[in-house]
Amino acid sequence: MTTILLGIESSCDETAAAVVVDGFEVRSSVVASQIDLHRKYGGVVPEIASRAHIERIDGVIREAMEQADVTRDDIDAIAVTRTPGLIGSLLIGVTAAKTLAWHWGKPIVAVNHVLAHVCSPSIEAGRGIWPAVALVVSGGHTSLYHAADFDDITLLGQTADDAAGEAFDKVATILNLPYPGGPEIDMLGKKGNVKAVAFPRTMLKRDSLDFSFSGIKTAVLYHVHGPGKTSGGLEKLTEADIADIAASFQEAVVDVLVAKTMRALDQTGCDCVALSGGVAANSRLRQAMECACSQRGATFYAARLAYCVDNAAMIAALGYHQFQRGQTATLCFDAAAR
Amino acid sequence: MIEHTFVTNSLEETADLGRRIGRSLQAGACVALNGPLGAGKTHLVKGIAVGLDVPSDVMVNSPTFVIINEYPGRLNVYHIDAYRLSGSDELSATGFDEMLASGGVILIEWAERVADLLPTNRLDVRIEHTGDHARRFALRAAKDSWPAHVDQPSDSA
Repeated sequence: MTTILLGIESSCDETAAAVVVDGFEVRSSVVASQIDLHRKYGGVVPEIASRAHIERIDGVIREAMEQADVTRDDIDAIAVTRTPGLIGSLLIGVTAAKTLAWHWGKPIVAVNHVLAHVCSPSIEAGRGIWPAVALVVSGGHTSLYHAADFDDITLLGQTADDAAGEAFDKVATILNLPYPGGPEIDMLGKKGNVKAVAFPRTMLKRDSLDFSFSGIKTAVLYHVHGPGKTSGGLEKLTEADIADIAASFQEAVVDVLVAKTMRALDQTGCDCVALSGGVAANSRLRQAMECACSQRGATFYAARLAYCVDNAAMIAALGYHQFQRGQTATLCFDAAAR
Repeated sequence: MIEHTFVTNSLEETADLGRRIGRSLQAGACVALNGPLGAGKTHLVKGIAVGLDVPSDVMVNSPTFVIINEYPGRLNVYHIDAYRLSGSDELSATGFDEMLASGGVILIEWAERVADLLPTNRLDVRIEHTGDHARRFALRAAKDSWPAHVDQPSDSA
């Protein structure tokens, strides 16, 4: 007897639906991205995001069900992202999910987007990988969790200012690179010298598991334009200079992310790391985290690249475990920005 | 109109200026923050939040991604970032008018991107880089919107 969940995700710029069987077997995962729409604005523009979600959500859900070869009769429950995200975007997915749940007479499960990221490396593992230290790192989040089970996840630390992905995007803006900044910097980082510029590694207090990435953003700004200046320097840089800055910046961010994750292993006594979120697609971060884990004999799981970006497979996956535990919602719940 | 410039030489001095602004804010106040990337807009907001008695276990961080962070304090605090908004229409779509009317406090980064939506009785703060940790803060407000705990220049009457 299998349990099939339809997952729906619309918290930011991706409209996504997925069909997942028994929490681990992804039958389909459809993601319609708005990156092209947002590229000219250099970021996610919320009103564009919610309008595009409305246009796409119906087709995305149909596509996910067709690819999975299921009908509404096969679906046991619907899981949807309730929080956090852009409120106008969240509302579209939540309304679609409630409508289907009511019309089809199916239970609904309200899922936390960030906790779904925490659980996404488990899809790869095919089982719960707990207890683990989970690092979720994206444009909106840089958070460390202690995960004891699918429904027992505790926040250990988070960013005190900018998220790591936001730092990537803003540094890409400073360097006049295209949006999204992460993949551009990842690519340039392979060409540049990671030791060319000694950017700061902000570690905060000795035992802190919080992050701070606004200082490095400003350090890049001053390195490009000169101390205390915010313009006029970029024209003087060669392509090689820019690759060096990108590589050095990326290395500094990766160093902090890895060091704090290792610190969290020390503090929790865990010996397993789960890496997820959009920045988890960064090749240097995956490599450095794997290396640090193997040096201390810890197990390392990273979300599959397709599940690093926002997706509905992780929503249906975590939704399955909540459903199994009887954690369904009524149709009265509201989306929440945070 | 009162205009006055303050120079801070460290993060602590910036936080202190923020605290004094925060202590002064009353229901319905709006603080419009402008300045380039890395100027310290979010950092000043952290200070303002302390002055508004936002509990220390509430993380005040960048709302660039979510557009709006909301914090509990002596007044409800809406921390908005217009960095990714293409114009005022998009801020309206977030329910900005309701926030203005709610009796809370609005702190808005990259405010010039949505200038036509901002109330006229507000505190404008323009931040400039002057060194690694040195910043110049140009404050500007109508006389009755000037933050009481921030010294006025003596010749501004």
